[in-house]
Amino acid sequence: MRFTLKAALTAALFALPGANAFATTITIATVNNNDMVVMQKLSKTWEKDTGNHIKWVVLQENVLRQRVTTDIATHGGQFDIVTIGAYETPIWAKRGWLVKLNDFPASYDYNDLLPPVRQALTVDGAMYAAPFYAESSFTMYRKDLFKKAGLTMPEQPTYAQIEQFADKLTDKSKQQYGICLRGKPGWGENMAFLGTLVNTYGGRWFNMKWEPQLTSKPWENAINFYVDLMKKDGPPGASSDGFNEAEALFATGHCAIWIDSTVAAGMLDDPKQSQVAGEVGFAKAPVAVTDKGAAWQWIWSLAIPSSSKHQKTAKEFIAWATSQKYIDLVGNTEGWVVAPPGTRMSTYQNPNYLKAAPFAKQVLAALESANPHDATLKPVPYTGIQFVTIPPFQQIGTTVGQDIAGALSGSTSVSAALNSAQQSTTSAMQQAGYLK
Amino acid sequence: MRASPLQKLIIAILGWGAALLMFFPVAWMVLTSFKTEINAIHSPPLLIFHPTLANYGHVIHLGDYIGALTNSVVISVGATILGLIIGIPAAYAMAFFPNRWTKDLMLWMLSTKMMPAVGVLMPIYLLCQRSGLLDTQTGLILVMMLSNLPIIVWMLYTFFKEIPGDIIEASRMDGAGPLAQLRVVLLPLAGPGIASTALLSIILSWNEAFWSINLTATNAAPLTAFIATFSAPEGLFWAKLSAASTLAVAPILIFGWATQRQLVRGLTFGAVK
Repeated sequence: MRFTLKAALTAALFALPGANAFATTITIATVNNNDMVVMQKLSKTWEKDTGNHIKWVVLQENVLRQRVTTDIATHGGQFDIVTIGAYETPIWAKRGWLVKLNDFPASYDYNDLLPPVRQALTVDGAMYAAPFYAESSFTMYRKDLFKKAGLTMPEQPTYAQIEQFADKLTDKSKQQYGICLRGKPGWGENMAFLGTLVNTYGGRWFNMKWEPQLTSKPWENAINFYVDLMKKDGPPGASSDGFNEAEALFATGHCAIWIDSTVAAGMLDDPKQSQVAGEVGFAKAPVAVTDKGAAWQWIWSLAIPSSSKHQKTAKEFIAWATSQKYIDLVGNTEGWVVAPPGTRMSTYQNPNYLKAAPFAKQVLAALESANPHDATLKPVPYTGIQFVTIPPFQQIGTTVGQDIAGALSGSTSVSAALNSAQQSTTSAMQQAGYLK
Repeated sequence: MRASPLQKLIIAILGWGAALLMFFPVAWMVLTSFKTEINAIHSPPLLIFHPTLANYGHVIHLGDYIGALTNSVVISVGATILGLIIGIPAAYAMAFFPNRWTKDLMLWMLSTKMMPAVGVLMPIYLLCQRSGLLDTQTGLILVMMLSNLPIIVWMLYTFFKEIPGDIIEASRMDGAGPLAQLRVVLLPLAGPGIASTALLSIILSWNEAFWSINLTATNAAPLTAFIATFSAPEGLFWAKLSAASTLAVAPILIFGWATQRQLVRGLTFGAVK
């Protein structure tokens, strides 16, 4: 009798929805942006359904990278899920820092993931991070200003055309600037844009012997073009403008053209965030000598550090948060315009999404054209479009970004900045063992 | 020599100008916290707008404000009490029983403040991790105390040096031991100085961000870590960030306002004889 009662009580306990006796608390380290805020909000649904609990650690991007690296390298086990990008995933996977994510249930539908996105997160045939949202870069412009000036933006402009348009649309007396571009130094700030600019001018970071190429003709041409254009048609103090500052300038009507991340499209088309909503046109990223590497690729993904103590539950959460079911949940509860972009083909076949996001086709085209394995005119020993997937690149990219920001602010010349960048990059590559 | 009315006017204008200049960023932050995101980035900046409390609702709903506030109070007060327990005897010994190494020792203590914190991040992180102090209030109390200890000792040393040695000597003649000298003579005389040291230590611990962000995750994260969660690389959250910052600085601003008399009296203690 006593045994029967105990068995019945146990069965009742397991049957209680949301009162799982084996409920687990997982800790997720993430960055603060629109899509992650929505995930935090909607994850309460997952907690309710599974009985598990989530603790969030939201950090600024660079701090997150540093914290997570320290934690994984020291086997701290503080985080069960971390938000990382396409740069870290292959490097960390090769070091054995991440758990493989190739055993999600069939309902996950791996084949629905956009091939270039899935490929960027795959190492030796296994996926090590699941894409949460992906972005590329493209051209955003003010349709009303173009119409007024009698200009037409081609489907894929050249940088020479961008310069002509910017010259015509600049009216500094009205604080109207023809072009806005990132100028704030950092490998993920100005160097994200400049990496694509150098690619399309036919340049590369390193030759096949890992020798830096920063004083080569394509780099000189690209950086001179950028500095001249920004001085002529850009906003004042551009060397301190990152994504947010440029977005604020464009959203408040001060920029005619902005070349940046595709995630900006949803923000600029939202009247709650933008004074120019409805007046924004979209075109492919501009090209110069080649179209290779003209648009970047970045994927915010969810991964499990090998030091996590709750890998099974973490996997369950990732399978839920990166599924089509989750994208549907966002669309139905928060509105389709804020559905996580760039990860699944089914999103771009969904009429609700296509209706809410007029920029969807351009974003998809940009993502599909971005190929980190073939992003330069000349052969290179690395992968990556706006970054080089090697560990010392964060330091190299930021140092070079500082040199170029100096040229933009006028404190040094372009040739002096590139000479300094070449020297510091050579030294960093020697220290890292790539050069003898 | 008395200042002329013109000199007084110039000094008053300079004083008010400096005060307004320092207060402007705080005032702008508070103003922005009541704007919508689109109004927050409006160009030219808006002074008249329809205020909203939505940003406060958002940050309180999304972040654990009460938890972070509790951690800030426990960590800053805890670090200050521990710092005083160690700093008062240390400053007492150095002020009244100096030897030929005292000055060097004081300078060495201060020199630890000259090193950037990031230089010792890895050893401190590993020490905390190995001893189970990562993401705990105790761990952060110890680190904050060690970080502020040089300033505490230096300030207390300066205040103690102002107390005539004869008084200590007289109490010793009357049979008071070191503890009694400290408790009966020194502490009452240096009360304002100790109070201002404690207040400064609380403010420094409250505003410290580097260790708070690097050594905490979910359990012991104070308000500085709370603010950091609203900094976004892609997406405009300036109004929400302002609301989070206002909520974080409000308690310490009120505290500083309420104790300003003690703070100023302590900081100027011994400056004018």
